[in-house]
Amino acid sequence: MSTDAMPWPRSQPGARSFPEKLHEWVTTVDHKRLGIMYIVYGLVFLLVGGIEATILRIQLMYPQNDFVSPQVFNRLFTMHGTTMIFFMAMPLVFGFANYLIPLMIGARDMAFPRLNAFSFWLTAFGGIFLYFSFLGANGLYGAGNAPDVGWFAYAPLTSRTFSPGHSTDYWTLALLVSGFGSIGTAINILATVVCMRCPGMTLAKMPLFVWLCFVMGGLVILAVSPLSAAQIMLLIDRYLGGHFFDTQAGGSAVVWMHFFWVFGHPEVYVLVLPAFASASEIIPVFSRKPIFGYPIMVAATVAIAFISLSVWAHHMFTVGMNSNGNIFFVVSTMAIAVPTGIKIFNWLATMWGGKIDFETPMLFCTAFLFQFLFAGLTGIMLGSAPFDWQLGNSYFVVAHFHYVIVGAIVFCLFAAFYYWFPKMSGMMYNEALGKLHFVLFFIGFHLTFDVMHIPGLLGMPRRIYTYEPGRGWDTLNLIVTIGAFFQGLGILVFVFNLLWSYFFGEAAGSDPWDAWTLEWSTASPPPAYNFAVIPAVRSRRPLWDLKHPEDPDWRYE
Amino acid sequence: MSAEPLVLPEPEIQWKLPPRGRVGMFGLIAAEAAIFTIFVVAYLFYIGKSVTGPTPREILRVPIFFTICLLSSSVTIHFAVKALSGGNIRAFALRWILTIALGAAFLAGTVREWRHLIYDEGLTIRTNLFGTTYYSLVGLHAFHVTVGLIALATVSLFSLLGYVRDEHAEPVGVLSLYWHFVDAVWVVVFTVVYVIGR
Repeated sequence: MSTDAMPWPRSQPGARSFPEKLHEWVTTVDHKRLGIMYIVYGLVFLLVGGIEATILRIQLMYPQNDFVSPQVFNRLFTMHGTTMIFFMAMPLVFGFANYLIPLMIGARDMAFPRLNAFSFWLTAFGGIFLYFSFLGANGLYGAGNAPDVGWFAYAPLTSRTFSPGHSTDYWTLALLVSGFGSIGTAINILATVVCMRCPGMTLAKMPLFVWLCFVMGGLVILAVSPLSAAQIMLLIDRYLGGHFFDTQAGGSAVVWMHFFWVFGHPEVYVLVLPAFASASEIIPVFSRKPIFGYPIMVAATVAIAFISLSVWAHHMFTVGMNSNGNIFFVVSTMAIAVPTGIKIFNWLATMWGGKIDFETPMLFCTAFLFQFLFAGLTGIMLGSAPFDWQLGNSYFVVAHFHYVIVGAIVFCLFAAFYYWFPKMSGMMYNEALGKLHFVLFFIGFHLTFDVMHIPGLLGMPRRIYTYEPGRGWDTLNLIVTIGAFFQGLGILVFVFNLLWSYFFGEAAGSDPWDAWTLEWSTASPPPAYNFAVIPAVRSRRPLWDLKHPEDPDWRYE
Repeated sequence: MSAEPLVLPEPEIQWKLPPRGRVGMFGLIAAEAAIFTIFVVAYLFYIGKSVTGPTPREILRVPIFFTICLLSSSVTIHFAVKALSGGNIRAFALRWILTIALGAAFLAGTVREWRHLIYDEGLTIRTNLFGTTYYSLVGLHAFHVTVGLIALATVSLFSLLGYVRDEHAEPVGVLSLYWHFVDAVWVVVFTVVYVIGR
């Protein structure tokens, strides 16, 4: 059959016009396309939030600098925090979960494909809504544009008196809308994992990635819902004249803090669990060993989720609690170090004695192990109330949580990008550029965030617009800013690598890493139906069984 | 390192997983429960902290009759679903509509109560902290009752048009879970607002 004798109809892939393709993407309910849209969306906001961070750092590069005005500075740190948590990290995490969970459990889609699309568009709309505040929040008051109340928006800053105009309303509504999107996706993840697993995949045979995302889904439901409730209360205060956070009418500003951090601390684990999830897939594959202590990893994950719900007020030691409160939150904060420590030891034990192959994903994962340990150590320092009284709201805190979010979460997300990029695009990324990205970003990260601890110890408070010369902060701040440029450069290399490899890279094949989970058994990129035949599995590493019929895993599990 | 997709073995294992609608509804109920928890905590924390009157003891009347209406609607919806899975469509429709009537009666009770509070007692959401927390918590619950009633009414519309058959017992059962949740929340709200808060 010659091709010219029988022309393909217009439905052939690649022969469609741009509006048709766009229509296909906008109306899709396919978990892979939604996953990719989540990821691209998160990447766009990574760039936006990164530009904001760079402007903040330029402002703080020298003492008494006036690169931007104080008002703009306030807006930028608010937008930077809100963007990075809600519109960079959450979409990226959900994107990977969305894309990979059905493939890993041998399903053709999520449990509720249309809810999936709905949740994505809610999140997308939330982010666009937040950024529309630059244009729209002026209202009739002429009072500022973007939100400037900080990412945790403490009362009474958010009251009508101190926040006229609509900027805070944009912040509230954007988080409310995207929060509903997050809850929808979380419900979807739970239902998918419980109800869509392929035959033979019992809970104890699920890949760790799926297990950790499953726990993350449960945590989103328990953590993001309180935030939504608090945002509704704030809306009632601002629009209906309620008094929830109005101290003059008997309300309490501290209640907002509690409600925000009841969300805020589990949120860290919502983000870091999928990062752990990626590391738990990547480290075994590049060490050529199965994960060490699978059941303990699962137990530690569930323990982290439970404990994380009872530590929130360690963000509030400086606000003032009674000694019982202080002791409880110090102890629970210390307790969370136990399951996280177990995880670090398990990853190390997986690498121990393995045939380690330091490709880009593994480099990022190895750096993650050390950085996460260090971030955990400063976390224990800040978790002790007396130490926190000294350093709360200083640059030490800023350095600590950036060490967690960049050093652990973003590093693991980069590892996940490189590891699954061949599966998602069908193309291999450029390894040399990948390593260059790692080196630049690694140097930048440590220049910025190692050094940032020191001005904190020397008394530099967070969120200050500028500072006096001669306090010993000048050189340190300059180094921190130089590090930020290295990180920016690394991210540019990363984006260039992704784009260039997508258009001009080599075909990757279905299983470039000789990996063991089900997503590598299907074509790259996977067809819309994922699996022509729904697979059946007998062990945690179904592809190992298939490749090594003489020595399958199910004999030992 | 093959370029060809691997062929996986055909399923041969007996495999049954829970229905996804039910699991999804439990997820939604968990999220809603978390939202209600925050409002309940706020209500409890702010009891007696209002700077001005009126106080709950002065103006709140315990809505016993309407509470009985709502709680008994949980019983009727349970037997409606049971009738549907037994194939008795007529009994299902009757009990289902009775459930809607009981839910609507409860909502009417809330309307009456709010009307009394606003017009006779002068309590609005901005009067004092009690008003803020009261209207938020009870209003959040009433909103859920309204959503539930719309969903129930949609099913009864389909039922009257003859589309509901015994194979729909599962999705209808999932909807009834939501209604049971709304009723259970009322037990908490009732305890907090009319027993502890008064």
